[in-house]
Amino acid sequence: MATTMITTLDRSSRAAARGLSDISIRNLFIIPTILFLIVFNIFPLIYSLGYSFTDFRASTNAAANFVGLQNYRDLLNDPYVWSNFAITAKYVIISVVGQLVVGFGVAMLLNRDIPLKGLLTTLLLLPMMLSMAVVGLFWKLLYDPSFGIINYALGLGTFEWLSDPKMALYAVALTDIWMWSPFVMLLSLAGLSAVPKHLYEAAAIDRAGPFYTFFRITLPLVAPILMIAVIFRTMEAFKTFDLAYILTSQPTAELISIRLYKMAFQEWQTGRSCALAYIVLIMVLAITNIYVKYLNKVKER
Amino acid sequence: MAHIQLKNVSKKFGNHTALTGLDLDIADGEFFVLLGETGAGKTTTLRMIAGLEKPTEGQVFIDGVDVADWGAAERDVALVLQQYSLYPRYTVRENLEFPLKPKIRRLPDAEIKDRVDRAARTLRIEHLLDRKTDRLSGGEMQRVSIGRAIVRKPRVFLMDEPLSALDAKLREALRTELKNLQMQLGATFLFVTHDQIEAMSMGDKVGVLNHGRIVQTGTPHEIYNNPRDTYVASFVGSPPMNLIDGRLVDGRAVMAPLNFELPFSGGAKTGGATDGRPLVFGIRPEDVYLETGAPVEARVHDVENHGVEKILTLRVGDTMLRATVPARTDVEIEQPVRFAWNPDKVVLFDKGSGVSLRHAG
Repeated sequence: MATTMITTLDRSSRAAARGLSDISIRNLFIIPTILFLIVFNIFPLIYSLGYSFTDFRASTNAAANFVGLQNYRDLLNDPYVWSNFAITAKYVIISVVGQLVVGFGVAMLLNRDIPLKGLLTTLLLLPMMLSMAVVGLFWKLLYDPSFGIINYALGLGTFEWLSDPKMALYAVALTDIWMWSPFVMLLSLAGLSAVPKHLYEAAAIDRAGPFYTFFRITLPLVAPILMIAVIFRTMEAFKTFDLAYILTSQPTAELISIRLYKMAFQEWQTGRSCALAYIVLIMVLAITNIYVKYLNKVKER
Repeated sequence: MAHIQLKNVSKKFGNHTALTGLDLDIADGEFFVLLGETGAGKTTTLRMIAGLEKPTEGQVFIDGVDVADWGAAERDVALVLQQYSLYPRYTVRENLEFPLKPKIRRLPDAEIKDRVDRAARTLRIEHLLDRKTDRLSGGEMQRVSIGRAIVRKPRVFLMDEPLSALDAKLREALRTELKNLQMQLGATFLFVTHDQIEAMSMGDKVGVLNHGRIVQTGTPHEIYNNPRDTYVASFVGSPPMNLIDGRLVDGRAVMAPLNFELPFSGGAKTGGATDGRPLVFGIRPEDVYLETGAPVEARVHDVENHGVEKILTLRVGDTMLRATVPARTDVEIEQPVRFAWNPDKVVLFDKGSGVSLRHAG
């Protein structure tokens, strides 16, 4: 049925008049994208894999020597790197759990007939649309010990959010929660509004209380979409750089990506930083895979 | 078990009026069927009794108590919906247990198991208990949904077109089952349907709803043989009652458009039917019969063979008449036939209001 295929050009179209075939049009759209992907993504990815096995330093003219798995061995035995990983893990957990609780909670509040619901939702989504750097700079001002509005509003005097080693990581996580809860909220809203209303009515008729209804009906039905939110946010939180870099320089808040940046562009250990980047990549892939497996299980149920 | 009463209930959704001045009285242990077309307000009535919707005006009584401030849970009703409303991701057993499990009125485990098993046995779904609900067929789902209603022993069963999504064979089977179930439980049932066959075959009493008003309430027999107005006459019965415009002249029915005449003897039942008043004559198809030498000649317009009987459409001029005749009657399309009616069965309606003269009196 060649005549009904979607890819067949309309014979009278301008493209056909210029002698373009289906295939040439397809190539016209695809090739630039693929080229772009190869030059800026795939090539550096493979190139850096090569560097990760050398002692290359981009700051000198010395030739790179092949050192085998030495970089990986050193990194995985380095307690500082491990402490960076521990900090990152803590940050990911705090920020993702925080976003889930806040985002899902707000979604539950919004999932009913209230006036100005559309406007309210849009306004709540705003933080998500800001640039990370801008959010970082603004929250730095908000956290400021002497004139920051947070200390003023909470009456905390000159509490140092960002220079306190114990507090710095939480402060960064708090900012991240503020910025990305709307994302979780948006996905949760989609999930919540997809729960058929007649199920709630049936539950009301069956004399189920609000908690029982929530845990037995709402949560199981929204779980898959919440899992997707968790996957996205975990991946993003794992590679957080800009927000933490702008907000604080406390070593207790040094995430793995900041460690990586310092290693690559301040200490110029190019080869070793490539190896670290690969370790991070593998970790993120592993975590995501576990999530996806779990997601499929949740969906099957 | 309960007695349900609706007094002067009205319901508006914005500008749209769903129900107007509805009065309904459902006796304890009665199988009451609310019959009406889509959009007549059947479901709204049901939802108001269940407590999912609040009446704009009027009161709902359960066992004589005004339940205006009661939520669905306190009213202790069971509702079976057309779309089953099974809880997804759970097994049949978990679905049946759901109404028994909430903490506030949690029953002992043995009792729960006992009730679930009994309900499953009644509905013959024992073999499905451990199956997930999305692996069930429509009929099985509807049984589970009915099961979820009966495990709880509610005061009233409300059913919103529970059978209309099922195929014909299953619908028939479940119809009988439901009726048996109701007799077995002795419970009050309010059953909503647009299917007049369901209404006639299941109901102890039928209420016909049209555009948010109850047109007639009565036993299926009354509704069928003595419809209150032309709406009920044309809605109930398959094929519906024949309605022909005409007048009474000297004890004969003279049909208006083409002046055919039929004898009309039911002098006692004519009420205020004076000669010459514009009327509508209603006659059930089974009371129209073919006979050689009968007063009116018609042509066979259409023949529907239903196995046990044939439904003929007869044409007299522009007027179409349906007649149910025995299947062995041998007729062909366009064949001229002569027909008569059973004058005792004729119902007279006022032409203007459509109300039956028997009821208007």
